[in-house]
Amino acid sequence: MLLTLSITPMQLYGQLLIGLINGSFYALLSMGLAVIFGMLNVVNFAHGAFYMVGAFVAYFLLQYGGMNYWAALVLSPLIVGLLGALVERTIIRRLAGLDHLYGLLLTFGLALVIEGLFQNEFGSSGKPYPTPPALSGAYNLGFMFLPKYRAWVIVCSFVACMATWFAIERTRLGAYLRAATENPSLVRAFGVNVPLMITATYGFGVALAAFAGVLAAPIYQVRPGMGADIIAVVFAVVVIGGMGSILGSILTGFTLGVIEGLTKVFYPEISNTVVFVIMAIVLIIRPSGLFGRAI
Amino acid sequence: MIEAALKVAGLEAWYDESHILHGVNFEVRPGEVVTLLGRNGAGKTTTLKSIMGIVGKRKGSAQYGGRETVGLSSDRIARLGVALCPEERGIFHSLSVRENLMLPPRVAPTGGLTLDQIFTLFPNIKERLSSGGGKLSGGEQQMLAIARILRTGARFLMLDEPTEGLAPVIIQQIGRTIGELKKAGFTILLVEQNFRWASTLADRFYVMEHGRIIDAFAAKDLTANMDKLHDYLGV
Ligand SMILES: Nc1ncnc2c1ncn2[C@@H]1O[C@H](COP(=O)(O)OP(=O)(O)O)[C@@H](O)[C@H]1O
Ligand SMILES: [Mg+2]
Repeated sequence: MLLTLSITPMQLYGQLLIGLINGSFYALLSMGLAVIFGMLNVVNFAHGAFYMVGAFVAYFLLQYGGMNYWAALVLSPLIVGLLGALVERTIIRRLAGLDHLYGLLLTFGLALVIEGLFQNEFGSSGKPYPTPPALSGAYNLGFMFLPKYRAWVIVCSFVACMATWFAIERTRLGAYLRAATENPSLVRAFGVNVPLMITATYGFGVALAAFAGVLAAPIYQVRPGMGADIIAVVFAVVVIGGMGSILGSILTGFTLGVIEGLTKVFYPEISNTVVFVIMAIVLIIRPSGLFGRAI
Repeated sequence: MIEAALKVAGLEAWYDESHILHGVNFEVRPGEVVTLLGRNGAGKTTTLKSIMGIVGKRKGSAQYGGRETVGLSSDRIARLGVALCPEERGIFHSLSVRENLMLPPRVAPTGGLTLDQIFTLFPNIKERLSSGGGKLSGGEQQMLAIARILRTGARFLMLDEPTEGLAPVIIQQIGRTIGELKKAGFTILLVEQNFRWASTLADRFYVMEHGRIIDAFAAKDLTANMDKLHDYLGV
């Protein structure tokens, strides 16, 4: 191809890396959405907001608690996860049995409220969050420099995704979850506290979003709008991968990140829209998504 | 006098607005096999579901081992030692046979069958452990649905039409199993259309109609009650 002539390997690897980084966030966030949807039948539009809150909690912990990145990586998902569990118990639970649309409207409203509050308080500019010293610097791979922190993000996301997949597909707790997705009242009649499991699932999904938020903080800065920015693409990923498939959402997340990155090299004009173009095509050919079940 | 394992009194149940059970009264004594008969739509399944706590709204009383269960959530009722094998069998398709079998958590430290005992009762299940739950035949699904409530330690089993739509040889196997379970001291409430088959297992019968118990008799009096039964069941 003529186009390729003007592209250096450096550019290609660079964009591939950016693609993998973005893909890491897409995978983490869309997997959380899939987990929540599978169990609650709710399309969690507040996911981006919780991602943003996760980053802000890390910022607060550092600013007001003097707690470093590593503490935040554990504490922020914990705090935001508990917040999510509270939201499920008090608000989302009331929608049980209603149409998808209500859950979508409720969580969308929730996202607007949360994002609005942060916007009001902190404006729209970003707050820098330092890269942890242990992860500053870069590896020289010979053909390119790989910033340590970016490698860390990719590995972290991959490990978190695989651990979640394993927990759901290969453990006893996961079997409860899958069974409850099919027939919650029967699982409950076997003696499992399904309502508690639903709360925990929402809390866990939201904690994953917060985890992604902390991972993102040193790369993108901490901004009230950061969730809204990424969530549109994440939903496109979910539509392409199909709602409710864990492995599907992980695979689609990473792949689309890379495709987006490659598009920046070969055809930069459409790099911001390529995901949506793919979404439209998938919707026409396979409306339930590549790995999904019909909803 | 032997105290009842299950004592149901004035039990009413609703699905949304429709009032299905209108004051059901019966009891099952420890170690008994009791069969609930009645036409389609009489409320047999609803009775089992009400005891299990999975209908919309209940009223009245259903005591298990002296504990009132109306007002308890179904997971609490299960943990008292009550287990249901539902009419539709409820095998989870996204789980393997092994996962289906191991799914129900223990509700009591003792009193359940071991896996070996279960595989002796249902050798087919052992062979299919790694298959998907959805891949089983109807008979295998029924066996799995019974098998999985045997290891939990629940001592009161409710089986909703376990022979429905199955081949005679499988019905026989299920009959033998219920006999074994009775010998092992399980208390069983059975819903069954096939009352001749049930009469070989049951100690007593109750007949339901329009959400009420309308008659009761011991298994040994089946022949004497045959005319009435044909009348009740419309067969
Ligand atoms: N989920 C439900 N919602 C509303 N009505 C129901 C439901 N399930 C059963 N019914 C009604 O309740 C009555 C009793 O049903 P059921 O207990 O299943 O009878 P049986 O098991 O004796 O055949 C029937 O009239 C049936 O139509
Ligand atoms: Mg029935």
